[in-house]
Amino acid sequence: MPHDHPDHPHSLLPPDPALRIKALETILTRKGLVDPAALDAIIDTYENRIGPRNGAHVVARAWRDPAFKAALLEDATAVVSDLGYYGRQGEHMVAVENTDKVHNIVVCTLCSCYPWPLLGIPPGWYKSDAYRARVVREPRAVLSDFGVTLPPDVAVRVWDSTAEVRYLVIPQRPPGTDGMDEAALMDLVTRDSMIGTGLAVAP
Amino acid sequence: MTRVHDMGGRYGDGRVVPEPEDQVFHEDWHKRALAVTLAAGAHGAWNIDVSRHARERLAPMDYARFSYYEKWMAALADLLVETGLVTADEMAGANPTMSPRAATTLTAEAVPAVLAKGGPATRASDMAPAFAPGDVVLTRHLAENTLVDGGHTRLPRYAAGARGCILRYHGTHVLPDSSAHGLGDAAEPLYAVVFPASELWAHPENPADEVVLDLWQSYLVAG
Repeated sequence: MPHDHPDHPHSLLPPDPALRIKALETILTRKGLVDPAALDAIIDTYENRIGPRNGAHVVARAWRDPAFKAALLEDATAVVSDLGYYGRQGEHMVAVENTDKVHNIVVCTLCSCYPWPLLGIPPGWYKSDAYRARVVREPRAVLSDFGVTLPPDVAVRVWDSTAEVRYLVIPQRPPGTDGMDEAALMDLVTRDSMIGTGLAVAP
Repeated sequence: MTRVHDMGGRYGDGRVVPEPEDQVFHEDWHKRALAVTLAAGAHGAWNIDVSRHARERLAPMDYARFSYYEKWMAALADLLVETGLVTADEMAGANPTMSPRAATTLTAEAVPAVLAKGGPATRASDMAPAFAPGDVVLTRHLAENTLVDGGHTRLPRYAAGARGCILRYHGTHVLPDSSAHGLGDAAEPLYAVVFPASELWAHPENPADEVVLDLWQSYLVAG
């Protein structure tokens, strides 16, 4: 592929992406600047340890415990930290609640900011041009791509994550879930429902 | 003018394609790209604003044709050479020599603590909050960095020159427009500002819809 800016150092690497990252990793390892075991540890963290079940835990607890929910809406960073969910890309958390009147959706139009400690690595669609470009202007059309239709009397509030504040949507608790325990409720909380492109699943 | 990454509101993109929750990575090399980027960043040779700007200043054609992690890799390669961690010759295939910075290399044992520690953006500031929730404000009419020509900013073009209302005060945060260019943290009051969709778009889907952005005090004037 041609490069318009041959002075960009990245154009010195092989064109195939898999070979390119291999070359970068090899250079950095031989210079002593990365430890391959640390790379494996980072991958293991986000592949196996940190993901949307953390966020589901927070939401399920908020559904069951009004005092917890009130504290979460007041100071989410402190509350999720107490549960062990503080960390990189989740240093400043705000929780926003869906109601009969307002449906919240989160995006980062400028890059891909996302609450990693609660939801893990963002899905491909969250990072896509289509989502970033469209959801601020036509959130209801984007929701229809996810099979979600909102009543016209529900206002959509889209949160564009332009700073280091990260947003977690508390989806509405589905009807017919009275008396369910925390673990059962967690199963109803999808990743997309905590971004706002989905709803919690009915039991 | 803004840059190619500033795409909020753009027309012409296709449908958004949902994907299953258990699909964390699509390719093995995506994992390596993420991990190498995080591990290299742990040397502290650049901050998050510098690295965002490195992705944004990729040539527009590269930005558009690169997949997500290709952008990360390209920006990383550029930063490694620009900060002197790797030489251009080494990037082009010359035999790499041991770096004097190897002492700050992230070890596997340190990974959990480093990821758990994060990097808060709040800093003390001598700038007092000028606005309170409920105040009407107007954003800058140009979505540009006023300190550096072509520099990094976090005011998207679609929200430039728009009238909104302070929704929430977040405290004083590092100003990316300064921090991305080695000009210091320059922390300022940061606010969540809510805009009616009709203030941003000629044809909003629903008159009751709103968009909220986090904006620094110097992006705003009383409206």
